[in-house]
Amino acid sequence: MNRRDSIRSLFLGSMAGGLALEGCVSEPEAAIEQKLWEYQYGRTPEEQAYDEKLLGQQFFENNEINKIRRLANLILPPNEEGNIEEAKVPEFIEFMAKDFPSIQTKMRGGLMWIDSHSNKKYGADFLNCKEDQQHEILDQIAFNDPNTTEQKQEVQFFSLLRNLVMTGYFTSEAGIKEIGYVGNQPNVWDGVPEDVLKAHGMSYDESWMPKFVDQSKRNDLAQWDNDGNLIS
Amino acid sequence: MQIIENEKKYDVVIVGSGAGGGMATKILADAGLKVAVVEAGPFFDPANPAQQTQLKWPYESPRRGAGTTRAFGEFDMAYGGWEIEGEPYTQVGNSKFDWFRSRMLGGRTNHWGRISLRFGPRDFKGKDRDGLGDNWPISYEDIKPYYDKVDQLIGVFGSKENIYNEPDGYFLPAPKPRLHELYYKKGAEKSGVKVIPSRLSILTKRINNERGICFYCSQCSRSCSVYGDFSAGSCLIFPAQKSGGQVDLYVNSMVREVEVDGEGKAKGVLFINKEDRKEYRISGKVVVLAASACSTARILLNSKSPQHPNGLGNSSNMVGKYLHDSTGSDRMAFVPELMNRKRYNEDGVGGMHLYSPWWLDNKKLDFPRGYHIEVWGGLGMPSYGSGFNPNDLNKYLGLKVGGYGNQLREDVKKFYGSVMGMSGRGESIAREENYCEIDPTTVDEFGIPVLRFNYSWSDFERKQARHMHNTFEEIIENMGGIVLGEKPGADRDYGLLNPGRIIHEVGTTRMGSDPKKSVVNEFEQLHDAKNVFIVDAGPFVSQADKNPTWTILALSWRTSEFIIQELKKQNI
Repeated sequence: MNRRDSIRSLFLGSMAGGLALEGCVSEPEAAIEQKLWEYQYGRTPEEQAYDEKLLGQQFFENNEINKIRRLANLILPPNEEGNIEEAKVPEFIEFMAKDFPSIQTKMRGGLMWIDSHSNKKYGADFLNCKEDQQHEILDQIAFNDPNTTEQKQEVQFFSLLRNLVMTGYFTSEAGIKEIGYVGNQPNVWDGVPEDVLKAHGMSYDESWMPKFVDQSKRNDLAQWDNDGNLIS
Repeated sequence: MQIIENEKKYDVVIVGSGAGGGMATKILADAGLKVAVVEAGPFFDPANPAQQTQLKWPYESPRRGAGTTRAFGEFDMAYGGWEIEGEPYTQVGNSKFDWFRSRMLGGRTNHWGRISLRFGPRDFKGKDRDGLGDNWPISYEDIKPYYDKVDQLIGVFGSKENIYNEPDGYFLPAPKPRLHELYYKKGAEKSGVKVIPSRLSILTKRINNERGICFYCSQCSRSCSVYGDFSAGSCLIFPAQKSGGQVDLYVNSMVREVEVDGEGKAKGVLFINKEDRKEYRISGKVVVLAASACSTARILLNSKSPQHPNGLGNSSNMVGKYLHDSTGSDRMAFVPELMNRKRYNEDGVGGMHLYSPWWLDNKKLDFPRGYHIEVWGGLGMPSYGSGFNPNDLNKYLGLKVGGYGNQLREDVKKFYGSVMGMSGRGESIAREENYCEIDPTTVDEFGIPVLRFNYSWSDFERKQARHMHNTFEEIIENMGGIVLGEKPGADRDYGLLNPGRIIHEVGTTRMGSDPKKSVVNEFEQLHDAKNVFIVDAGPFVSQADKNPTWTILALSWRTSEFIIQELKKQNI
């Protein structure tokens, strides 16, 4: 796969989750973009052009992306709930590095540091280290030093990467399902479920009940008397 | 470059299509007048699938909702923000005024919080109470009939509470509170802070057959595709067009100045079409400015002529002066009892279901005027930032912070929905020293001289912010919560946000009966040119601790009726 194709696949990977787009990579560019922009999320023409520009660029080298992928899998190992591949976390991080250029050096430098460190300690690049060696490295950088407000760069790097991995996962379809968010769909809110109220020792004040919407009458045209009392 | 003339002659040219311009469009077009609406941004209809962000998932975007291109996150429905490429503004000295602009049909009404509060009787007469600022030339009784009409035309939910300075209206029924709001209520009432159902312009009940009813997705900030919330396009301008009104929309059209005739009366506006970057002239018998308080001041100040050498409407030197925004400060709380919550759909309406109106008497306090408290939290949709610092809250539980591995999943799930927050939004005192003016050294990309701001807070506002944080902390403790973050001290103005951050900027073309001290009269008519009106928040003498939109709408309606009368009488 040449560089251009790998950009393409990255591009498709991040945008096409869920849709079958097999064979697209060999399709003419116009056709690909046509399909990509079926993913409308209400962009203005300027915003769309900006997204396309970023999606057409590659910041991380393949080796860096592989390292990000490995680290992301260590931060959030796959389980039956979901995994960072499905959640397109590496693609998301690639995009954010271009969207927030201010993180580029910290990310690239941190990835480099990981290799320098593993080479010094284990005589191998991070990706070629054994799993327990990789864990040992992370154990050193995955916790803030409680005695200082100035954390070392490698700790800051890991914190940044962890944030991106976690938010990338929990904003994905699998992550949203795992966290248990069940909204973002038309429904009729009629208050906190009774068992939840009870569990928290809460209740709706009886004197307040008349203030609240009677959802069985939500479709009746609102009418008021001359004092502003709702009568429908 | 030649100015391109528009052959069509309008009765009224309206500049801006937000709350004020939208209402003027509706009332004036319904009266049969020929109206041109000139909007700096593009056409926008929340029902247009190509523009819609409502019900989108974060993973439908490559940046998962991050706020790179829109200040409140990329699904928010404001095209623009505090910074707009090609449209700079500058500051005098150390002044830090943040100027939010939304360039689109409907303006900021497409994303606003829909908090729709009437100003109360006291809010129009602040000076009578504490000697500060100025009274409005009108009283609550003058505007009440218009608030009543706005309620019924647009729809606002709430509850009758009989609180003197929080007048009741024609309310739709309120939605039941969410769980964290019940915690808030418990905590606040323990401290004597009143808590009532919020008042938002969201349809919890059918109001007409053109608009849909709220389906509780909590995304009013994305502008509702069934028109279940108030936006000026969907609730005022489109209905005006549909009922046969003669309304021409000029979008992507940036007004540079109002042009006047030999007698100094307005004859129309000059605008730059952003698409071809050419100048156009459009004529009308009346010009209604509704570009937003600061944009309108800018247009007036840039409208210099032999008849109005100091800028149109500026013989008093008051245009741009008395700029003021609401005060604001926020605090977050971690509520351990809300950990490991049972999941259910708690989206509700966009915004809070409960709030606290101002509850104290300033005679016993070290600052004038009040603030209200907004409350937020709940089992919201994850977006960019969700999962950051996944287990920082462990420190309050004596558990390990940081690390990696599947424990992080459990941490995120444990804390989901256990953090909530409070925001105080209060009244500042309007002062002449806080102003915007033309910066002669800078133009925007359309060649129009830009605004320069000079704004500082006084101790009145700082002390109010300090009081907010004292209150927040007390309420959080009462709730069994843990206050997050350090209490902001004097070095940080007690957490008072920069002016402009609350996006309630008003006062730049204030209303008054004395033409030497004000820009417009009580009908929002320029003292200096009787066929020019201002229906945005520029004419506000003081910005109460209420959100300005409902008052903009009521005043715009009142002014529009006045325009119709005056045209009939041939006075303008």
